[in-house]
Amino acid sequence: MKLQEVALNKRLAWKLSLIVLAGLLFGFAIAPIYDVMCKKFALNGRADSSATLMASGQKIDKARWVTVIFTGNTMPGLDWSFHPKQETMRVHPGEMNLTTYVAKNNGEAGVMGVAVPSVTPELAALYFKKIECFCFKQQTLKAGESREMPVLFYVKTDLPEDVNTVTLSYAFFNGTANNVKLRATN
Amino acid sequence: MSTATAKHDDHGHDSHGHPTGLMRWVKSTNHKDIGTMYLWFSFTMFLFAGAMAMGIRAELFQPGLQFFQPQVFNQLTTLHGLIMIFGAIMPAFVGFANWQVPLMIGAPDMAFPRLNNMSFWLLIPAALLLVASIFVPGGAVAGGWTMYPPLAIQGGLSMDMSIFALHILGVSSIVGSINIITTIFNMRAPGMTLMKMPMFVWTWLITAYLLIAAMPVLAGALTMMITDRHFGTHFFNAAGGGDPVLFQHVFWFFGHPEVYIMILPAFGILSTIIPTFSRKPLFGYASMVYATTAIAVLSFVVWAHHMFTTGMPVAGQLFFMYSTMLISVPTGVKVFNWVATMWKGSMTFETPMLFAVAVVFLFTIGGLSGLVCAILPVDIQVQDTYYVVAHFHYVLFSGAAMSIMGGVYYWLPKWTGHMYDETLGKWHFWLTTIAFNVTFFPMHFTGLAGMPRRIPDYSQQFAEFNMISSYGAFALGLSQLLFLYVVIKCIKGGAKAPASPWEGAHGLEWTVPSPAPFHTFETPPVVK
Repeated sequence: MKLQEVALNKRLAWKLSLIVLAGLLFGFAIAPIYDVMCKKFALNGRADSSATLMASGQKIDKARWVTVIFTGNTMPGLDWSFHPKQETMRVHPGEMNLTTYVAKNNGEAGVMGVAVPSVTPELAALYFKKIECFCFKQQTLKAGESREMPVLFYVKTDLPEDVNTVTLSYAFFNGTANNVKLRATN
Repeated sequence: MSTATAKHDDHGHDSHGHPTGLMRWVKSTNHKDIGTMYLWFSFTMFLFAGAMAMGIRAELFQPGLQFFQPQVFNQLTTLHGLIMIFGAIMPAFVGFANWQVPLMIGAPDMAFPRLNNMSFWLLIPAALLLVASIFVPGGAVAGGWTMYPPLAIQGGLSMDMSIFALHILGVSSIVGSINIITTIFNMRAPGMTLMKMPMFVWTWLITAYLLIAAMPVLAGALTMMITDRHFGTHFFNAAGGGDPVLFQHVFWFFGHPEVYIMILPAFGILSTIIPTFSRKPLFGYASMVYATTAIAVLSFVVWAHHMFTTGMPVAGQLFFMYSTMLISVPTGVKVFNWVATMWKGSMTFETPMLFAVAVVFLFTIGGLSGLVCAILPVDIQVQDTYYVVAHFHYVLFSGAAMSIMGGVYYWLPKWTGHMYDETLGKWHFWLTTIAFNVTFFPMHFTGLAGMPRRIPDYSQQFAEFNMISSYGAFALGLSQLLFLYVVIKCIKGGAKAPASPWEGAHGLEWTVPSPAPFHTFETPPVVK
């Protein structure tokens, strides 16, 4: 090969490595893009409602009933028992409601836990607002300690007509072992 | 510095004979040697991962647990997938690219011969890591070749070894692809315009672009996985606010182009073999080029059809359903062009042609079952069942692997200088094709009936079909030993091959003697 050809080849190879770099950056960029998309379109039961919450001049829709089902489970590595005090609740859209979950540490040592909420059907997550939730804070329970934890919530009045039942579910993770940062939003 | 290196290169080529013995291969920068090594590496991995498939089929021969505990069975399915994809099919196509691309475009060698050497030798540590991961505590990765979290995050040392292996393979593929693109763009013989290039070169050009765009995305996903496992990040860990489904998005954004990376070069091989034995030029050459490009572009916007059941807005599901179905248009263009090439041709059925015709037929079956899977409500029923296993073996075995076999028979005379044993080649073809269909066709039925994949035990109702599949699989596995025998026999001897052993073959590779000399086209040929 002539030297001139070698130089040409090298120039093209460096240009092509830019595509490689772009691919690598895009691979990482999918993570924040996905986060934004999930919140915007309420994917996987996630929704960011802090902005909409401010503008909530909700009237109570007395004519309509929505059934809210509460569930909760602990993930492997967390020796707690965790359940809602009340399994279902019938609510009016726009009405403020309070329910309670109970957690008890069955282990030998104090553990910090983090609850990750999820709402189904997924699109309903846009219309399900938690004002106060134990999932906003890390929950530390001493050995044998038990705690009642409140959830204050309402269902927005513009919840689509075909949704009659909404399920609120929590997965409790061992925060001490997972070294977690809190990311749950209302 | 670079000048000195280049000078040294010239010097080395002109005044020395090439080294002999083992060092000839270790140090080789010759595209033909490296191509040969890629092909042998690929065949070794093919037999290794194939042996794992024999284990899988032995376990599934009858309901109940006979040979393997579920944990071991899951390791077998996972490694079978990983090794077949990254160790057998991809390196085989790179082997073809190394041998054929310079010969077909009239270049003396690849653009970066030393990088070429590095690309190959990176495969060896990667393969050793994958194989060694079987023997570490906890055994090999067992969560499926797609490595979904949370299982992948919880896995042991073998997961780290596999991630590292895939990183190495990624680097190898990317470097190799840059090499191939540079060779094709800068080193074509005078007069060979882009639209005069052989179809095989075109498909590899586009495949190489897919590789350099998609492999880094996989590298991103794997790096996030490593930091999740060891450095306290939570990209995929729900406890820390991450999302396991995110991994699936990143993975399949790589994964779907990867599917075409494994089939486009096969299309190139078919587009070479079929015109040769039909004694007609390829029908619709330009439309073939555009169809290949269209498939490559579309491959980046269909990824979520692998994830229809993970929860997605209906609008998203519909988008991915329609974009997936759209791919059947350029693919259909290709299939019809191959059929039109055969139409009224003076066809003969030597072993390469038998393979090519069978691939067109069987790949179309695999493509059709792919369209079935693309239909959203049907996919929800068949996802993660044996229907999907049948689908992707029809496109990957009878699409990619059988094209590779056809291509090997087609170019063996050029590579070895001898004709292969036609009778044994045909035996290999018929055994492979029949055994393949006996193995995988019943899986359509077990899948539709609801048998889930990746599970070592199953309900009694699936027993007959599974037994048929297992008999087919054992025959399919054994037939490949015949392939090995035919290739070795051809290397050792046989009828002397002329420069152009096929009557209907055109192209620059047939203008050099058989076997192709160590150095070819040092003076570029002129293409009219």
